[in-house]
Amino acid sequence: MEFFTLHDFMTYSKGITYLVMGAILVFMPLYWLYLTDRDD
Amino acid sequence: MGPEKAIAEKQYFTPFNVVAGIIIFVGLIITILRFTKGIGAVTNLDNNNPWGLWIGFDLLCGVSLAAGGYMTSSACYIFGLKKYHSAVRPAILTAFLGYALVVFALNYDVGRPWKLPYPIFYSQGTSSLLFEVGLCVFLYLTVLFVETTPAAFEWLGFKRIRHWVVRLTLVLTIFGVVLSTLHQSSLGALFLIAPSKLHPLWYSGYLHVYFFISSMFAGLSMVIFEGTLAHKWLHHKMDDTHLAEANGVVLGFGKAASFIMMGYVGIKIIGIAVDNNWHYLTTGWGLWFLVELIGFVLFPAILYSVGSREKNTKLIRIAAIWTVLGIVLNRLNVSLIAFNWHLPSADRYFPSFMEFFITIFIITIGVVAYRFVVTRMPILYEHPEYKKDH
Amino acid sequence: MAISRRKFLGSLGATIGATTTGALTKAYGATNKHFKGYPEGFGVLHDTTKCIGCRKCEQACNEVNKLDKPERPFDDLKVMDQKRRTGEASYTVVNKFKGSGDVFAKKQCNHCQEPACASACFVKALKKDETGAVVYDESLCVGCRYCMVACPFNIPAYTYNDPLTPKVTKCTMCLPRILEGKLPGCVDICPREALIFGKRKDLVKLAWKKINKNPDHYIEHVYGEYEMGGTSWLYLSGIPFEQIDMREDLGVTPAPQFTSGALGTVPIIVGLWPVLLTGVYAISKRKEKIASQELEQAVKSTQALAENEMNDQLSKLKDKMTKEKETAIQNEVKKALQEAAKKAEEDAKAAQEAETGDDEAVEDTNAVDGTNAADDAVKEEE
Repeated sequence: MEFFTLHDFMTYSKGITYLVMGAILVFMPLYWLYLTDRDD
Repeated sequence: MGPEKAIAEKQYFTPFNVVAGIIIFVGLIITILRFTKGIGAVTNLDNNNPWGLWIGFDLLCGVSLAAGGYMTSSACYIFGLKKYHSAVRPAILTAFLGYALVVFALNYDVGRPWKLPYPIFYSQGTSSLLFEVGLCVFLYLTVLFVETTPAAFEWLGFKRIRHWVVRLTLVLTIFGVVLSTLHQSSLGALFLIAPSKLHPLWYSGYLHVYFFISSMFAGLSMVIFEGTLAHKWLHHKMDDTHLAEANGVVLGFGKAASFIMMGYVGIKIIGIAVDNNWHYLTTGWGLWFLVELIGFVLFPAILYSVGSREKNTKLIRIAAIWTVLGIVLNRLNVSLIAFNWHLPSADRYFPSFMEFFITIFIITIGVVAYRFVVTRMPILYEHPEYKKDH
Repeated sequence: MAISRRKFLGSLGATIGATTTGALTKAYGATNKHFKGYPEGFGVLHDTTKCIGCRKCEQACNEVNKLDKPERPFDDLKVMDQKRRTGEASYTVVNKFKGSGDVFAKKQCNHCQEPACASACFVKALKKDETGAVVYDESLCVGCRYCMVACPFNIPAYTYNDPLTPKVTKCTMCLPRILEGKLPGCVDICPREALIFGKRKDLVKLAWKKINKNPDHYIEHVYGEYEMGGTSWLYLSGIPFEQIDMREDLGVTPAPQFTSGALGTVPIIVGLWPVLLTGVYAISKRKEKIASQELEQAVKSTQALAENEMNDQLSKLKDKMTKEKETAIQNEVKKALQEAAKKAEEDAKAAQEAETGDDEAVEDTNAVDGTNAADDAVKEEE
């Protein structure tokens, strides 16, 4: 994909960033549970 | 309790009900006008001033004053300050109602409100800070709704589902703080795109930081302020725990607000220094800026400090009201007063009577809804069956 | 060259591929990449020194876009006595200014290279087209009017009095006509070559050629070449642009740049806040645990201490009691013996007097009674 304007570039890159953010928000609590489930 | 309630229910024409009823009735008439004759028929908005009172007050002030929700719940559940536990439910409830009303008010302001889900579900303008705000407000409203439900479930007696929701408390609280940080700051960042329109004293590369930090003491002050009102009108609804903890909440929140406000004054001065805006301070706008910063941030911060040192809750309650007014002043300055400052006075905006009225109408709905919930659900007291649950 | 540098983001896969093959410099290039806009984009050069204020462009615009007819006709030039801005029924306006004689300047959407309105739009209703036009899609628009807040030129207008289908209105650069191979309505009708349509890159050159050819006639500035990152409409003027109501304090930063910092903090907060907050939670939870453990221990040790003390006291008490018991028994025994002895003496005396053989048995019974009495005394004390 080729970008001619900063605006188009940002719309595209931020779009993917938002998906990454969503993934992080789901993943982190699960990872915490995995990390601590053997604690007493 | 039984006979008292019966009497209360018979008295429909209390002064509160009559005034609220009239406001809501007139509000509905203006609502009909808005949706049959258009925004132009009820507002003073024009092409130079596309955002007015409904954005400047209903959205910006509404959201920042509803920050008590994330401040209180994070203090209690994340920072482990259990002594504020009795303040959590009222704060979450007011935050939920606040956000719900913000979204409700947006339906009046935007041209085609039925398209409000578009940015989230249909066409995502990810380069826009308003997209960020919209997404966060949508998600946070959902979080607040879920956080409010245990009270409703206790009221309705749904034990099992309440148990499941309560188990989510920590995740919801952290999620709430993340979302609040984002949209509180993004509301300020909305104006970053218009450096040519906002007065340099208010425009800053730190605008989003200012909005976030000020939302913290806005939220704290609002919790104190609401507490003051609730003690006056809903004292009989509070249980011993709530009453015993109330003074601690006022003292603790007042102290926290005071310190954050001092930090805020510091970063505001940093903002002036970074952009070398000192010379503006000697102008009329500079005077107005100082009125806001000294009169409505520094002064209440000092009031808070005196109140907190002398354990004077009355002084703290006054400081809380003062701070809330300061937040309103700041948000209106950024969005309306110092915005379009270069336009000739003939082109400037002043809200119409009907804009003011819709705003009052929406606040009234909020107060009525709060009263409805608080007089029925375990908000200001703990449900006897779940007392040992935390 | 520009293309090859931009190719890295061809797709997410390509990016990952490039990174894995060690071409990191390409990925890093994104941060300081300069976007130059659509190379074949069109624009219009407005030479304000040639404008005579005939308002023909306003009329053509009105007809092409099928807008409402204004109250006062287009040949009424008195309209220009008042400064006007664009609106729902006028995508373009010509204003009159005082220079050496009357100076006119046409105003409409400047079709920015990096449109602030498009950057602000949260539903992508505004877009920079490859033809250079900034186009608006009514079907997506929610009507938040953030584009109007964002526009540094105060161009977009809103149909506030339309209750059901209000929309943003602004110049379209006559995109439908351009696609048909025609000139924009205003350019087409202009009688004085005050408006010149062409490729933007050619127009920039033409504008400077005009200035260089006639430096006394023009201010040495092509308005729109760099303003807010550049605009598709370019302007030449004989008097300072500030005097024809064109702000010279807008700067050259493209609009998306103003918000990129704040937008950039968003993902970092999402990435780090859960870590920090969970950490704070874990610390406070641990403190709580330690505090409760300490409390438990404290309770336990106090309990142990109390128990010891009690045991001590108990054993002392026991000792005391056993001693008392013993002395009591001894006393009672003594007493009993003494009594028995007394009785025996008396009995002996009596026996001596009466001479009977029963005295031994009586003595025994008395002794047993004496022990029983001692036992009872101990029991009472307990």
